[in-house]
Amino acid sequence: MNRRIFLKSSAMAMVGVGSTPLWLSRALYASDAPSPRKKILVAVFQRGAVDGLNVIVPHGEPRYYEMRPTISVPRPDGTPDSAIDLDGLFGLHPSLKALKPIYDSGHLAIVEAVGSPDPTRSHFDAQDYMESGTPGLKATSDGWLNRALSNEGAAGVSSPVRAVSMTPDLARSLRGRNEAVAINNLTDFQVRDAGESSTFEAMYENTGDKILNGTGRETFEAVKLMQSLAKQGYSPANGAKYPGGRLGQSLKQIAQLVKSNVGLEVAFADVGGWDTHVNETGQRASQGQLANLLQNFGDTLAAFYQDLGDRMADVSVVTMSEFGRTARENGNRGTDHGHANVMLAFGGDIRGGKVYGDWPGLAEEQLYENRDLNLTTDFRDVLGELVTRHLGNRQIGSVFPGYAEPRYRGLLA
Amino acid sequence: MMRKFVPVAAVLLCAATLGAKKKAEDLALFKKKLPKNEQAVHALDRLTFGPRPGDVALVEKMGVKKWIELQLHPEKIKENPELADKLASLETLRMSPEETVAAYPTPQLIRAVAMGRQPLPEDPLTRAAVERQMRRIKVKQGVDDDSAVEPVIPLRDLLAPEEIRALRNGNADQRRAALASIPENKLDDVVVAMPPQMRNQLLGFASEGLRRKLIMANNPLQVVFTDLAQAKLYRAIYSNRQLDEELADFWFNHFNVNFDKGADRFFITSYERDAIRPHVLGKFRDLLEATATNPAMLFYLDNWESVAPQSPLRQNPNRPRRGLNENYARELMELHTLGVDGGYTQKDVTEVARCFTGWTIRNPQRGGEFFYNDRVHDKGAKIVLGVTIAAGGGRDDGEKVLDILANHPSTARFISKELAQRFVADNPPPELVERMAKTFRATHGDLREVMRSMLESKEFLSAGAYHAKVKTPLEMIASAVRATAADVDFAMPLANQIGTLGEPLYRKIEPTGYSNANAEWVSSASLLGRMNFAMALAQNHVPGVRVDASHFVADPEQAAKLYLSADATPGTREAIDKAIAEQKAKNPSAPVSSLCVGLVMGSPDFQRR
Repeated sequence: MNRRIFLKSSAMAMVGVGSTPLWLSRALYASDAPSPRKKILVAVFQRGAVDGLNVIVPHGEPRYYEMRPTISVPRPDGTPDSAIDLDGLFGLHPSLKALKPIYDSGHLAIVEAVGSPDPTRSHFDAQDYMESGTPGLKATSDGWLNRALSNEGAAGVSSPVRAVSMTPDLARSLRGRNEAVAINNLTDFQVRDAGESSTFEAMYENTGDKILNGTGRETFEAVKLMQSLAKQGYSPANGAKYPGGRLGQSLKQIAQLVKSNVGLEVAFADVGGWDTHVNETGQRASQGQLANLLQNFGDTLAAFYQDLGDRMADVSVVTMSEFGRTARENGNRGTDHGHANVMLAFGGDIRGGKVYGDWPGLAEEQLYENRDLNLTTDFRDVLGELVTRHLGNRQIGSVFPGYAEPRYRGLLA
Repeated sequence: MMRKFVPVAAVLLCAATLGAKKKAEDLALFKKKLPKNEQAVHALDRLTFGPRPGDVALVEKMGVKKWIELQLHPEKIKENPELADKLASLETLRMSPEETVAAYPTPQLIRAVAMGRQPLPEDPLTRAAVERQMRRIKVKQGVDDDSAVEPVIPLRDLLAPEEIRALRNGNADQRRAALASIPENKLDDVVVAMPPQMRNQLLGFASEGLRRKLIMANNPLQVVFTDLAQAKLYRAIYSNRQLDEELADFWFNHFNVNFDKGADRFFITSYERDAIRPHVLGKFRDLLEATATNPAMLFYLDNWESVAPQSPLRQNPNRPRRGLNENYARELMELHTLGVDGGYTQKDVTEVARCFTGWTIRNPQRGGEFFYNDRVHDKGAKIVLGVTIAAGGGRDDGEKVLDILANHPSTARFISKELAQRFVADNPPPELVERMAKTFRATHGDLREVMRSMLESKEFLSAGAYHAKVKTPLEMIASAVRATAADVDFAMPLANQIGTLGEPLYRKIEPTGYSNANAEWVSSASLLGRMNFAMALAQNHVPGVRVDASHFVADPEQAAKLYLSADATPGTREAIDKAIAEQKAKNPSAPVSSLCVGLVMGSPDFQRR
């Protein structure tokens, strides 16, 4: 099927004939030109600081087992309670087994010893710095993902849902100059008194108030779009099954937005619960808090990948968390706030099947402040590469101000 | 070189002329005096959280000038007795941080109890909350041991099945009646026996006393937040000292701290009460001192942890190394005093941070007080903005910095501009800002005088200022409640609405606070939220709030006069006429006044002030 015709008909069907909004008609028009189709970047934040050393397990590193006598993930031995080997040094936590096929197909990349160079161990500050994209600077008011949007979308031309935050309030990462909407749930994004939606629309359409007129138009365009999407319902393709939980809901709705070609460019979702100070692991590696969280996390990401199928060619997903956790386990079979961590990136144009980054080692003198995994890759190197090479935004200096020379790791061609 | 430069300069000059022309037109509007009949509305729009029915006539009768002067002296205004009633039960408003921590256990304390290091609290509701959290911790840890948990009497042994049904699935009146009929001696047991979800659902129907029990049983610290957020709304809605409330909001936002950052959860109430409120019409230097020494600010911007790099304090190898922390120093200059272009350097930031080493908190996790710790103070000489601070100083080093900053001309200008942005227009005329800054300097930062020079200026009562501001979420919600003379019995649903509109109370993460020039920040979700709130309020669908719909009018022209204190714009007027006609056609006997009022408050007109 000709993609362009499909795009037109599906989008038209959604908003209804005769009311094609300006941005959509322009977007459809523009797609007649030989411009490449829009790339989409999805950012997933693991709030609470996930224990990267138990997510991507350095099973080839004897020190790992010395420092974690009771909560380490056993060396790969083929049983469901051992790490799943990736490259002889690293392995996946067994509860992430759903991600292994994506890694094997060459579309999942792992970056080790990555994070924010700021030394803070406060969740509040570290999340803030990572989302603003300016470690150490508290006064930055906008977020990196908002700045990652190119500025081409002048009013009336860009999609009202080019930037979507699947959170109750607009995520810090998406705040800023470019229009971004927080949509906790597609079905709730509407004038509740449906009969009066058109009355309000007329008011905001006809007001001489320039600011409210502009936002009003964008709002009602987005509302119509969301409502037509909500009405259509959604069933994931390719037999994908999203597990329960908020992250599953979020990624499912993002998949729906991607597939309905409504102009999505960046999306944000988050998932909490990773602050495992006590009893991180159960009796066996595949049990306990961290294992349960990872099971849901891995299954959700894999479902998204499966659901999108060929559309993954346009989509990249990247995961992050504010900092890593102590290399040693603490006295409560848990880990405390640490420094460097691990990030995952998958998508059609990701050169995966590989663990990136320089491994700093876990020997005493190799640790950061004698306790945490050292940092060898700045998180902005990873995000920056996705912004430039995936989204095609070359203005990296304004996306990560003050970070003049990012060192890309070659995650994308 | 010269010749090449000319054409470029010509183009630039041309563009500049066009821009300048537009600017000149805008500025001319600030010289155009507001017609007499719009002056009272305008003054009310700016100095209050929106006019209540009858306010415009009252101000007109008193005279706008006289009314403004009165607002500048809140101590001369008799306070609304209704406000004292609303605040009476919010007991954490009057507690010290230390008392708050003791009465409302933090997660740290609950963990300590769970580990057996602390005894269970005696108060039954506090105890229930702690036990519930402990159970959660244990479930998380995979421990199936509930030996520490006292058996609760199940709900079915306390209430009759029909009572439980009414609580669970009844309508508002049934729920209210069912709650009211629970005998006093059973109340605590019933609250403890309820699942958390059920407690949340009943908040809007409970009496104030019971409501506190319900919140307490869910999460003790939530009581502190509920008191704080409710008090803010009650004051905005009911206080007669409206300018005082506007200024408390402005200055809290200027010196922002965030409820969610650790110990700030129990420092924040005292911060607003003791550091901000007493000084909003006083001297800027006093306000600066009060914020600099308040534990809420010391904790929020990390100064309590900042120690001299060469500090002899023994380093604990299991703790992150401590040293100089520049956070407070930077924000103090950038956000609190000079402004980002105020003429300081990174070197100044470091020097100021050195001056404030040792300004810390005694026992922050127990709600302790400010104290100066000389042992970790940097004793070396410092140079701040060109002024030398001699070696060997102590706490005084920080005081000297505050003196330098409070008296700096950049501070006078920056504070004046911020005030003018809030009270006049997003882009206030530079002449006005200059005049205010001059007053600031001449009076050594007397904030009442600075306010007066702004409010008595021709720019304030000008066409350029009229309806120039988009209401903030707080202003939108409070003004709608005031306009409809609604009675608020539980203000949390309103506070939650404000969060939905994008500016959650006491939860701005960044030290910048919310922007005073807010027009560009109106988002889609926020706009939808405003329309939905307006309709819900007019139809009495906001829990905890009751409007008397019998006062509503069904005539759009009259409704606009009442709730906008102005005529509706043609677009708004037409849309409402049409909606009412349609409604009448559908159902001739249905009342349309709620619809009419809801539409007026959700209109673009109502979003301006």
